[in-house]
Formats: sequence, C-alpha cells, structure tokens
Amino acid sequence: MITKKNILIFLILITVSAFTFSQSETLKENNQPYIDSGNTAWVLISSALVLFMTAPALALFYGGLVKKKNVLNILMQCLMTLAIISVLWVTVGYTLAFSPGKGILSGFIGDFSWIFLKNININDPSPYFISQESARIPHLVYVIFQGMFAVITPALIIGAFAERIKFSSYLAFIIAWFFLVYIPVAHWVWSSNGWLFKMGALDFAGGTVVHINAGIASLITAIMIGKRENLKPTPPHNLIFTFTGAAMLWFGWFGFNAGSALAADGLAANAFIVTNVAAATAAITWAILDWIFHKSPTILGAATGAVAGLVAITPAAGFVNIESAIIIGLVVSIICYFMVVVVKNKFGYDDALDAFGVHGIGGIWGALATGIFATNTIQSGYSGLLNGNPKQLLIQVIATIVTLTYSAIVTFAVFKIIDLMMKVRVSYNDEAVGLDVSQHSERGTTIIE
Amino acid sequence: MKYIIAVIQPHKLEKVKNELYKAEVNLMTVSEVLGHGRQKGTNEIYRGTKETGNLLRKIKLEIAVNDNFVKPTVDAICKAAKTGEVGDGKIFILDLEECFRIRTGETGVGAIG
Repeated sequence: MITKKNILIFLILITVSAFTFSQSETLKENNQPYIDSGNTAWVLISSALVLFMTAPALALFYGGLVKKKNVLNILMQCLMTLAIISVLWVTVGYTLAFSPGKGILSGFIGDFSWIFLKNININDPSPYFISQESARIPHLVYVIFQGMFAVITPALIIGAFAERIKFSSYLAFIIAWFFLVYIPVAHWVWSSNGWLFKMGALDFAGGTVVHINAGIASLITAIMIGKRENLKPTPPHNLIFTFTGAAMLWFGWFGFNAGSALAADGLAANAFIVTNVAAATAAITWAILDWIFHKSPTILGAATGAVAGLVAITPAAGFVNIESAIIIGLVVSIICYFMVVVVKNKFGYDDALDAFGVHGIGGIWGALATGIFATNTIQSGYSGLLNGNPKQLLIQVIATIVTLTYSAIVTFAVFKIIDLMMKVRVSYNDEAVGLDVSQHSERGTTIIE
Repeated sequence: MKYIIAVIQPHKLEKVKNELYKAEVNLMTVSEVLGHGRQKGTNEIYRGTKETGNLLRKIKLEIAVNDNFVKPTVDAICKAAKTGEVGDGKIFILDLEECFRIRTGETGVGAIG
C-alpha cells in the first residue's frame, strides 16, 4: 500500500542518491580522486582477510608444528602481536611509515603529521593508489589494510625461535623490531617518498617488506637464541592444525595480494589468479619432491610448498602473467626444499618452523623473479629482464640486499640488547616442562580429565 | 624374568631410549601418564580460577627382561633420566611369572628378547 509517508521517504532517497551520484560524477569528469564504493568494499574485505592470516591461520599453521606442551605459547604470541601492533599502528606506526616525512629524512622515515590518525578525515581519498588514479578508497581503509601487514610481519618470525623464547622477551622484541625494522623498510619501499620506491623497486604486496624482512630476522634470531633442547625427534604435534592453517593462509592471501591492487579491477583479478596458480604449482612440486626423495608425498610438504608459492608470488602478483606464475611456483618449492631439507641440517641452525627457509628464501626468489618476469601487459610501464628491461632485475637485487643487510644488523642489535637486559631464552626447566605451563599457566589439551 | 616399570620426565624419553638401545634393550612399551611423587604439580589458571597441585605429565616405560638384563636396563635408565632435581622419577622391578609370544607360541625366557 502506498502511503504518503512511503512516498516521502522514496522522494528523499531519490534526492539523496541523485546528489551523491552527481557529486561523484562531477569529480569523475574533473579527473579528481573520489571514493569508489566497489573498490572500498573490496579493500575492506581484503583487510579482514589479511587479519585472518595472522589469527587463526598462521597461529594454527605454526601451532600444529610445535610440541603439544608449547602450542598455546604460539597462539598467544600471534594473538598478542595482532593486538599490540594494531594499537601501535593507528597511534604512531602508520604516520611514521606512510606520511611523506620531512626534509632529507623523508626518504627514510615519515613524520608525525598523521599521529593518532589526526588530519585524516573519514571522507579523504587515499593518497596511495595503484591502477585507479581517480576511483580511490578512503584513506582510512588504506590505513587499516596496511595495518594488517604490519601485524603479520613480526608474527612470521615466531617460527624461528619457537619453543624456547621467554614470553616477556618476545613482546619486547616485536615492539622494538616493529619500530626499528618494519616501519623504516615499509617507508623505503612503499611510501611515496621512500628511497627504494623512488629508485623503482617493485614489491606489489610485500615480498621485500614482509617476507625477506621477517625471513632474515628469523635466521638471525634462530642462530642467536640457540638450538632447542632435545632437538632430535620433534614430530609436529598436530598436522591437522598445520593443514588447516595453511589452507586458511592460502585463503587470506587473496586479500594480501589481490587486495594490494587497492581496487576491485582487472589488476586485482590478475593478482588473484596468479596467486592461486603459484600456490598450486608450488604445492604440487613439493609433494613430488617428497615423493622422489622420501618415497611418500606428505601433507606437511604439500602445505609448506603452498605457503612457499604464496610467498614467492607476493611481490610479483601485480606484474606477471600466468606462465611466469607457474615458473615462480615451480622454482620456489625446489629452492625452499633444498634450503629446509639440506642446507638447514648441514649448517645446524634451529630455524624451528622454517620461517627463514620458506619466507626468507621464498621472498628473495619472489623479489628477483619480479625483476625477471614483470611484463608490461599487466601494468604498463613495468617490465623485467625477459621483457627487455634488465635494469629492473638490478634494482630488485639492490632492494633485496639492502633489506637483508639492514634487517639483519638491526635485528641482531635489538635481540642482543634484549638478551642482555632480560634474557631471551627460558630456563632449561621451563623449556622442559613446556612454555604453555611455564609462561602462561595453561595447557592446550588434557590427558585425563 | 623381571618386569621393569620406570616413570620418567617426558623430555628424557629420547635419551633413555638411546641408552637402552646401547644396552641392547630394544623392546619396550611406552605410555603417557600423569602423576606426582614428591614433586609438586604446576599452578594453572583458567579465567582467574587457580588449579593447584595438578598432576604432572610423565612417561611410563614397561620393559620385560631376562634376569641378566636387569642391571644394564636400570643403569641405562638412571644414566639418561637423572638430572638430580626432584621429579626425575622412579623405577620399579617386579617378578614376571610368564611370557608368551603370540606369533610363535614361545613361552618363558625365549619369548622375551
């Protein structure tokens, strides 16, 4: 039944929508940045997908790999990293990483102009965009999307010193590492004034900033904290967790990579599809390698391969096509398999859950592969070695070496200082009884009720 | 024939196994158990509720041996499981009346090794 009231509401709606429509139409005609609702929706969802990668995905992936007396410690480290970095990000992290910065420092670190997200209004379009120069997302959406990357990066390092780090030292470490390593590197590579960005380093979704950065920090901390006691036989306590976590990581990675297009467009679709095919190829390759060298295809192998494939395609997702993605996925499993199975055991460092072997090595391969395979049929203006631009590979090598060096040195210093101040490693007895009971006074599961 | 039951710290299992292999004791049954002797349990807290005196996780080894293997077995376990702290565990030795090997029907001393 049509009443007067309904008609009135209808008229109001029409007027409002017409006004909104005409406003964005005018902006479109003037080529001014405006907020596009489709793009905004996609990046909002992507932000949630990236959050999902830290907890529960990474927490389960790592949690399943440790002994059952240490599983809660892994979950707690992931949860607290998520919580602490989330607060730090909106207060001081984002402005230091992504604001333009001042004077000669601007290439290296931001300033405090966006502290507590001040001066960012809810209707401001994001200053950062990839392919959609005018159809932007709100600046606040960019803030939270990037925030989720800042959360997962320190969490990846958990795999290196798992089963033997003191919880309080862990917290001190990730907070210091976030400020001294993550924020500067994110600024160099992703912010508009960053010196690696200006040099032309390509990192679509975080191969350098996230994976190489966390990967090398993992190697350094694993060596510094020393091997676990009773290292020899450590079968993962629950591979079902690990499988679930890996599958969730794969799912969340669509937000990580396709969300990095900062728009719901063809570039996002390309990132989505190459991400999927690289992960798939890498999972198949690792399973085959297991089958050849150890007579059985393993779940842990296939899951690790999938994650390695996701890592490797991350920097390349917005620059390469399907053929290249297949090669990237194939090669990453071969390299990482060699690192995890041969090199790690030969050198004897205890990178407990292979954070370096998968994220570090996979990330380096991904960064270089971007310089090799980038093609201007995906994003015009960006091509690599095989498409007539060898200089790109050189730039990628420089960006990789710079990140490796900087992250290694600062990680070493931070870890050393924390060790001197409060000891990073738990006592022998605490390690023996397990970190769940010794650090958190809880157990993950019971034997007898 | 003796039946040896040893309760040890879980993280010592691997060392104990290796020492037993060196003493040529290769057959054993292992189970995960809860228990405490003089050592107190750990404190656990669940949403503010304290659980005290909880039993600790231990490993129980059960090994059937011929008489001449009793000492090597006990020595191997002690050597590997000892830390000198409360909670290292205990070893119990019982007389074993009979032993059957299901596959062959052997009995007694021959069925153990």
